[in-house]
Amino acid sequence: MSAALSSKLPGRIVLVLVFGFLYLPIAVLVLLSFNDSGLPTSWSGFSTRWYGALLANTYILRAAWNTLIVAVFATVISTVLGTLLALGMETRRRKSNGLEALAFAPMVIPDIVLAVALLTFFSRLGLTMGLHTIIISHVIFDLAFVCSVVRARLKHFDFSIVEASRDLGASGWTTFWRVTFPVLLPSIVAGALLAFTLSVDEFIIAFFTAGAGRSSITLPMQIYSMIRFGITPEVNALATIVMGVSATALLISQWLNRERQVP
Amino acid sequence: MSFNATRPTLLAAPGVAWLVAFMVVPCLLVLSYAFFQRGVWGGVEYTFTLENFARVADPLYAKIFLNSARIALTATVVAILIAYPAAYAISRAPRMSQPILLFFAVLPFWSNYLIRTYAWIVLLNREGLINNLLRTLGYTGEPLSMLYTESAVITGLVYNYLPFVILAIYSTLSRLNPELMEASRDLGAGPVRTFLRVTLPLTLPGVAAGGVFVFVLSIGNFVTPALLGGGRFQMVGNLVYDQFLTANDWPFGAALGAALIVTMIVLLLLQARATAHASGERKGEVER
Repeated sequence: MSAALSSKLPGRIVLVLVFGFLYLPIAVLVLLSFNDSGLPTSWSGFSTRWYGALLANTYILRAAWNTLIVAVFATVISTVLGTLLALGMETRRRKSNGLEALAFAPMVIPDIVLAVALLTFFSRLGLTMGLHTIIISHVIFDLAFVCSVVRARLKHFDFSIVEASRDLGASGWTTFWRVTFPVLLPSIVAGALLAFTLSVDEFIIAFFTAGAGRSSITLPMQIYSMIRFGITPEVNALATIVMGVSATALLISQWLNRERQVP
Repeated sequence: MSFNATRPTLLAAPGVAWLVAFMVVPCLLVLSYAFFQRGVWGGVEYTFTLENFARVADPLYAKIFLNSARIALTATVVAILIAYPAAYAISRAPRMSQPILLFFAVLPFWSNYLIRTYAWIVLLNREGLINNLLRTLGYTGEPLSMLYTESAVITGLVYNYLPFVILAIYSTLSRLNPELMEASRDLGAGPVRTFLRVTLPLTLPGVAAGGVFVFVLSIGNFVTPALLGGGRFQMVGNLVYDQFLTANDWPFGAALGAALIVTMIVLLLLQARATAHASGERKGEVER
């Protein structure tokens, strides 16, 4: 008993330290956002005034609205394209290395490189940049992530039930909507939620493809310009909200994905 | 049935088209800019030149490249040193709790990069939490200047990319056959020797995957050096940023971006070879 305990103890200590390192900085931010004075120097009582200040800041509201537009459009487009791509890749008879590389690249390419490439591309085309160019750009990596989530599900998918459905006389279309789609749905939603979070949080590519002017500023861009000038209590509140939204989306995404791991 | 043979292609087509049009073509376009001259008023003059690549090797820029490679490498090593024990501890936890531990280790990675970096400004600045804590504990000297230092940049990079390294190392650890370790112990090797001679070599592919990831993303980073380094530490990412947004020298910026991509591809290929090598070795061991 004591031997088992002593062999587990170092592992426990490591986990406590690492999780402390990962979560303490975030916890400090969240706590500070409720500090009345807004300063890290002293705790002067619980308050939600900084959240109120956010709601009164029209720049932030505008940025939040822009972020929502970008994330919703990018998520819808990338979910459709990513799911179709996953289906296409998993039903191919032969694995294509080129296709694999193409679907993998958006996840590993340094974002600064993709950002300058897109800036060059859009300005070469003479396109006016704005929310639409951010959406186009976000779909690139969003669709790669949706594709990989849906493919993971398809790998465990028993294609014989598709054949069974066809043998029983259902058309390809009916089979897709009645057999394949319901099985895939949790992973499609999980992928979509992941895409949504990634899009809400993405900064570098949005920064390069938003064009000039304030009209298409997104939340991360707004946060960046705020924190370059130092700590402001509003940022703590904003950061807490943004992290809360991402964490919720990710928890749901993970839960949906796990539900179906064992069908 | 010809319909079934063409269907996968049709399904993949829209996604592939999107990626080709908005990722492959732009990347090739920006790469092609690296071979042209900068226009007098910014922009690009379509005269072929290799000057931009020569400038990447210019001592002034080569120094920035090497310096950011050093910072990125330090961040990579530190991240691996923290991530390995963490991944090991997770892989030793009860089976049921492993996915949960892993999920919470990776969760911060998916949340906002800027906010995670900003959290360190709050902790490290002169009126920040750590200096406050020191004062409460009785420290009376000058507040420590921890922000805007190289260590702050490295801390930020490690903090941001650690979850991915944990994930990469865990995935090799969890696939490890425990019988191999038992065999080593039965043959008389102590725990340290078993770890160094059996566990570690077999998990190197995961270490390499995580390491390459941290290194590539760190060297191309411009947010962390700008926020935690106070603009005093230039990384390749900052250099690319400057060429495109302030210096307006797109061809040179393109050449720098190309250097970044080449570095990444070389490292990924090395990693793939190391992985292939390791799995080959494993196979050989089983046959013996």
